[in-house]
Amino acid sequence: MSPSQPPASSTPQPETLSGAQIVVRLLERQGITTVAGIPGGAILPFYDALSESRSIHHVLARHEQGAGFMAQGMARATGRPAVCLASSGPGATNLLTAIADAKLDSIPLVAITGQVPQAMIGTDAFQEVDTYGLTIPITKHNFLVSSAEELLRVIPRAFTIAASGRPGPVLVDIPKDVQNQRIEVHEWPTPGAAEAPPAFDSAAIDAAAAMIRAAERPILYLGGGVVHSGAARQAVDLAEKAALPTVMTLMALGAMPVDHPLSLGMLGMHGARCTNFALDECDLLIAVGARFDDRATGKVAAFCPGARIIHIDIDPSELDKIKTAHVGIAGDVSAVLQALLPRVHAMPRTAWLARVARLKADHPLQTPGIDDVRSHYGLIAATAAALDDEATVATDVGQHQMWVAQAYPLRRPRQWLTSGGLGTMGFGVPAAIGAALAEPQRTVVCFTGDGSILMNIQELVTAAEEGVNLKIVLMNNASLGLVYQQQSMFYGKRTFASKFQAVPDFIRLAEACGIRAVDLDATQAPGAALTAALRTPGPCLIHASIDRDQKVYPMVPPGAANKEMIGG
Amino acid sequence: MNANNWSERKALAGAVLEIDVRNHAGVMSHVVGLFSRRAYNLEGILVMPVGAGEQSRVWLKVIEDARLTQMIKQVEKLEDVLAVRRHGADHAVFERIEEFFRAA
Repeated sequence: MSPSQPPASSTPQPETLSGAQIVVRLLERQGITTVAGIPGGAILPFYDALSESRSIHHVLARHEQGAGFMAQGMARATGRPAVCLASSGPGATNLLTAIADAKLDSIPLVAITGQVPQAMIGTDAFQEVDTYGLTIPITKHNFLVSSAEELLRVIPRAFTIAASGRPGPVLVDIPKDVQNQRIEVHEWPTPGAAEAPPAFDSAAIDAAAAMIRAAERPILYLGGGVVHSGAARQAVDLAEKAALPTVMTLMALGAMPVDHPLSLGMLGMHGARCTNFALDECDLLIAVGARFDDRATGKVAAFCPGARIIHIDIDPSELDKIKTAHVGIAGDVSAVLQALLPRVHAMPRTAWLARVARLKADHPLQTPGIDDVRSHYGLIAATAAALDDEATVATDVGQHQMWVAQAYPLRRPRQWLTSGGLGTMGFGVPAAIGAALAEPQRTVVCFTGDGSILMNIQELVTAAEEGVNLKIVLMNNASLGLVYQQQSMFYGKRTFASKFQAVPDFIRLAEACGIRAVDLDATQAPGAALTAALRTPGPCLIHASIDRDQKVYPMVPPGAANKEMIGG
Repeated sequence: MNANNWSERKALAGAVLEIDVRNHAGVMSHVVGLFSRRAYNLEGILVMPVGAGEQSRVWLKVIEDARLTQMIKQVEKLEDVLAVRRHGADHAVFERIEEFFRAA
């Protein structure tokens, strides 16, 4: 929460305001300066009030899903709740994917939707849909507001819920008559802020410290919760003090610099062989803000088969959900690691570190073609070489996402924005726009594929309109690459419905949307063209064809144990 | 759930959950949805307001399986759930109303 937020205050004279004006004022008091959305009939009173705000910039998305992902981009880049807006009916249903995505990746989002007037709810009115019912399973909590007075409680509460504990999306559905209802406001509530995390069990900390001390082959397993909690520094400190080789989930990349001597990079389905082999040998797994997702664990029964488990997570329902922990600690991972650090003894752990070094030397990540800009790994490496750690890296979903996760040298928490849990194609461009809006001083690069980018291509127009410093690196293999790969490997090479017969001219498409475009296929010096494009301010699409038959390796076949990797 | 009919299910170990909630129109959807979306059947549901009506108490009769501990944790996470207490299947609350549920 920003330090400039006002406390609860009584107004010298009561003001008579509409529900819509109250929401705008509450958002202003909340410190919100950018919102993304699309207006429509049922939310027009709110938009009318928003037009008078001097501190909130409205970004007009071209599809509500784009607005939802822009808000996600803002929230992922900053860690603070961000706001998206939509009207009733199709506006609300178009938001659903972005909300569900935020739920699975624990992103603090406040979605505000217009609803038909209360008197018309349940009548199948024009653009009426049960937004409240639809969003119950995909939000952390949701509200259907029934009076303007209620807004004074619900809006701050929505921000509190989104930001507290394990973050997540909150939806507030506001009928049009509530937006228009005028009431006297005598007192403004305190803006919503994250509640203090619950106290944790000190005895469990001692038990965990003793287990770390006694372990011969421990591994630290970091999840997205480390990023959400701002605990990257503490996690690295713990790893260094106790000599813990460290693996990261897709969501945790950046928590420990990938070139840190203790880093084993990403684990799981597309992790390096050395990473999954080390996990197979460990005798203690210290899971921090991680949820044992199936893409990380592979076949659960065969995941770290000889290991005792310490599991630290702020969400008690994650403990013992997939794997039973020998010590489970429900608490904020930053605070727990802080308490754990002084109780852990510094130790060299020479034999285990030598063994892990041996595994790294024998089974490193293979990145063929990394020196060739025209190859997929080479394009990623050249992009990274042209940028520094201040750049933010977003991706869409598919092969390009996994290659970037493997090969981009991520070194900073919140540097990496990707759709992990839901795996939403179309996430990349709007999320990157949101990140660029929230942190205009950074260069934001979005790696995408020809399949993913088409799923929210309309937001190129928004990027042009906002003039964001966004570089889209489009890896074009004219196919749904990860589907094509799975069909090639596991479905008898029956590559059905995964090769595009028609592919748009992405250069002209970007230009038609008002965005500069560079075609690396058409230049003799792709490295220089890439670097120049990345270093020129403003939005730009960088197009590069890649080989359809390149695969993401290693790959753990779905349902198999992680040590049964194919390739790489 | 392998047991298919009511008499088979009745023979399985059960549990009764007592859940204090804030009383508003959406709260039952939140509670019940947690079970339905996991295909976890609720064998019995009772709910009435308590006190002045600001709160309600929900009684759920469930069949105990490996997921029940996780279900209780999920219920506890709901914003409008104030407390969850677990009882044995023999709790009196459902027995007293069985006479209203006799087959014709």
